Amino acid sequence: MTTETAPAQGAPPPVDERVRKVSLVSRLLGRPELGAVIAAVIVWVFFAIVAADNNFVSMPTTAAIFNRAAPLGILALGVTLLMIAGEFDLSIGSVVGFTGMAIMVMVTPADAGGMGWGLWLALGVTLILAVLVGLFNGVLVQWTKLPSFIITLGGLFIFRGLAIAIPRMMTNRTQLGNLDQVAGFDFFDKLFGTRISIGGANFDIAILWWFALTALFTYMLLRTRYGNWIFGAGGDANAARNTGVPVNRVKIVLFVGTAIVALLVALIQAIQFNSSDSLRGTLKELEAITAAVVGGTLLTGGYGSVVGALFGALIFAMVQQGIIITGVDGDWFRVFVGGVLVIAVIFNNAIRARATRR
Amino acid sequence: MTTTQAPLLEIKNVSKYFGSVIALQDVSAFVRAGEVTCLLGDNGAGKSTLIKVLSGVHKPSEGEYFFEGKRMDFNSPRDALEFGIATVYQDLAMIPLMSVWRNFFLGTEPQKGWGPLRRFDVDFAKETTRQEMAKMGIDIRDPDQPVGTLSGGERQSVAIARAVYFGARVLILDEPTAALGVKQAGTVLKYIVQAKNRGIGVIFITHNPHHAYPVGDHFVILRRGQVYGDFTKEEIPLEQLIQMMAGGADLEALQHELEMAIAQGGPDGETAEDLGTVAEGFAQEFDQDQPSGGE
Repeated sequence: MTTETAPAQGAPPPVDERVRKVSLVSRLLGRPELGAVIAAVIVWVFFAIVAADNNFVSMPTTAAIFNRAAPLGILALGVTLLMIAGEFDLSIGSVVGFTGMAIMVMVTPADAGGMGWGLWLALGVTLILAVLVGLFNGVLVQWTKLPSFIITLGGLFIFRGLAIAIPRMMTNRTQLGNLDQVAGFDFFDKLFGTRISIGGANFDIAILWWFALTALFTYMLLRTRYGNWIFGAGGDANAARNTGVPVNRVKIVLFVGTAIVALLVALIQAIQFNSSDSLRGTLKELEAITAAVVGGTLLTGGYGSVVGALFGALIFAMVQQGIIITGVDGDWFRVFVGGVLVIAVIFNNAIRARATRR
Repeated sequence: MTTTQAPLLEIKNVSKYFGSVIALQDVSAFVRAGEVTCLLGDNGAGKSTLIKVLSGVHKPSEGEYFFEGKRMDFNSPRDALEFGIATVYQDLAMIPLMSVWRNFFLGTEPQKGWGPLRRFDVDFAKETTRQEMAKMGIDIRDPDQPVGTLSGGERQSVAIARAVYFGARVLILDEPTAALGVKQAGTVLKYIVQAKNRGIGVIFITHNPHHAYPVGDHFVILRRGQVYGDFTKEEIPLEQLIQMMAGGADLEALQHELEMAIAQGGPDGETAEDLGTVAEGFAQEFDQDQPSGGE
């Protein structure tokens, strides 16, 4: 132990040389998302070889992968930030179903049991609902001091239950369609429903939203004061509080942000499918956590990467699409994803151990 | 060494009660700018309570708190911090997984840019961290390095450098050398002297007179919530400080008692012998402490 400090007490001149000694490779190894990037390449190469006859390396397959990954990736953004701040949100999948049904109930004509509102008004009110959902989770976690795992597990059941019960009570259905008949649809359809054709394959505009939000969240996390607070809150909430970080506020805002992200996904999917389903988003909370963890985010908080979550979501979609086109029984999909998850986490841990030892 | 300037921070006749428990009674102490006041005391002497009173966590039940001669009434550590009274706690308020520069500015991040483009000034933070650490005589190899990879002494020094950078005029250090090895403790003592030489008043809380004596200008010894002794360095040699710290008189009495027990020879001979060994052990330990000092 004592020998470690000995060089630091030596003559001061060689400061700069020592900083440069950290090579590009070990700098890269210190990045949390590195594991996910490598894993994405490996999974892609794997399917490129195994599914070569099934056109895995083609524009339509690539489009299908990205289209699949985008909604999950957007969800994972919220989950990742929250996880870096040391909290969980298991309710996010249910909130996708809940907010999606909320929009549809509000726009469904009154004679069908809905409210007959325009899409703008319905979205505005649903946004308020999403904020309330986030506050419900966040404030309850802070107030009870219970693990967010427990509180949001309750939320998982509550919001899924509401997503089924309320539409059934009002409209007697758990699937509501005809969103394109509603006033204001065209504007949001352009914004979230456009498909861009590249090389004969259709890419959802949601992919652009996913990338743009990833860039925005990365910037926020790494280059703003709020981002530093997120790391601090997750790394050691008490220590962060002692230095003046408003830890509770940081976390509550992130819970609200996660719920809003769920609303965004619900809206995108409602527009894409022209309908909502009470069961939409089921299990998405676990998929989003998987994407975040594969992306290098530490389950216990304080460490992670938004870009990593992007690759995590991409891996998830590649595995899913790869298995579909290879013609392997879809039953094997979860086995494969689970395997990737475990391997990625072991790999990430090894990298992190290396990085912190440098 | 000791100047006659007015104290920077002073508490007068401070008492603190928790219900029926008297944690502190009639405690007075002060620190001048550019001096180190050591608060010494064994476990349960009231050191933690005194730190909390000094740092603004607890309000004294009785007595007065002065800063630059003005009476203060702090409601929280933030209030105290605004006057430049900074406390470095044992847990350091540092986050192991975060880099040195992120830790250094956590909670008070420098910002640049306007409106929505307002952002954390990362270059400034990294450069400042390196410079401030260099001023303390520490060569941070890489400010991107996570704090968890630093040694205990280095971590302590980051915490001290941070407090100094953010305008600390009084630095309250809660047992900064407690968990450290000999060499690392020495490093931290060096930083305490550095801080003192920069004109900061340092309140150094410790139970180790060997750490306190080389850097201290004043020594306040706490026992059972009261001031047991208050000396300048000139007034007290190290041996006496050690003796007072260890409760020398008590130890002598204990030794005496044990010897009596042996002399009487209890009904069980073995027990008496055991007691004898214990008494000898005490005496030896005590003797060992004595000659190690010197001025």
